[in-house]
Amino acid sequence: MSNPTRCAACRYLRRRCCEDCALAPYFPSANPHRFACVHRIFGASNVARMLQQIPVEQRRQAADAIAMEAYWRVQDPVYGSVGVISMLQREISVAQCELAETQAQITMYASQAQSQPNQIAAAQCLVEDVHLVPSQPSQPPFPGLYQRDDIPQETLQRHF
Amino acid sequence: MGGNSPCASCKLLRRRCTKDCIFAPFFPSDEPHKFVMVHKVFGASNVSKMLQELPLHQRADAVSSLVYEANARMRDPVYGCVGAISYLQNQVSQLQMQLAVAQAEILCIQMQQEPALPEPQMDAGDKSFVVHNELSSMAQFMNHPSTSNVPQEALKREYPWS
Repeated sequence: MSNPTRCAACRYLRRRCCEDCALAPYFPSANPHRFACVHRIFGASNVARMLQQIPVEQRRQAADAIAMEAYWRVQDPVYGSVGVISMLQREISVAQCELAETQAQITMYASQAQSQPNQIAAAQCLVEDVHLVPSQPSQPPFPGLYQRDDIPQETLQRHF
Repeated sequence: MGGNSPCASCKLLRRRCTKDCIFAPFFPSDEPHKFVMVHKVFGASNVSKMLQELPLHQRADAVSSLVYEANARMRDPVYGCVGAISYLQNQVSQLQMQLAVAQAEILCIQMQQEPALPEPQMDAGDKSFVVHNELSSMAQFMNHPSTSNVPQEALKREYPWS
């Protein structure tokens, strides 16, 4: 028996949408663009196979992640989601430099408040050193992979 | 490229490697694992179409990024690259918070010392994190944002298509 309301996948592929359609739970008809991207990048059969290899309770998350990667690849055909990773790493570098500079300024101000000339001189050198440190070299476009066991458990629990 | 040794893709696909094989420059025969991963995740025909749509000078980078993504997805079949992105965005958020705290501390110290001094130029708050705009447009792909656990922190933005 076919589903009277075809899912986005079956509508795109112009086929009947069965009640046990593997893609229907994750590609509802309300969002056709989502499946269009996924099909363009991964292919419907690849996605169906990938989802079937994943435990049922994780398939929704997997479908969402696949859709995101497909979207990023459509937006940036050269780098895809790797471009996003690279951008984030650059932002982390910039933020770390700013934080180091700000903390050095705090040290300097704190020393001034305590009116200890030696500490003031040392803190001033620290601030100058922060300015002299060359900016972080731009991250290579293909940073090292982040394995699951590298992700802090608290981050995993919070997000996933 | 033709010749005696077929490229890794033609070897896997068991076909003749012609002179103008689109895969040959990027999948040499001595690195078969690269094409195996890419074919498994994206499919050879999809990769071929993607490469054909790109200018020649960008294809090498595209292949490298596809290999990276395929590798990430094979290591983490559920989240792939998105897991790394969520982790990195979490780091960005934490650094932002630390920076805000540090800047507030400086202001307090300055106000305590000499209230008449001009305030320092704190421009960190004005920094725009371009990637947030990039990620916000992803919201349209969240079918059930209230139930899906895939990077909610990374994707909690407006939903222009809801």
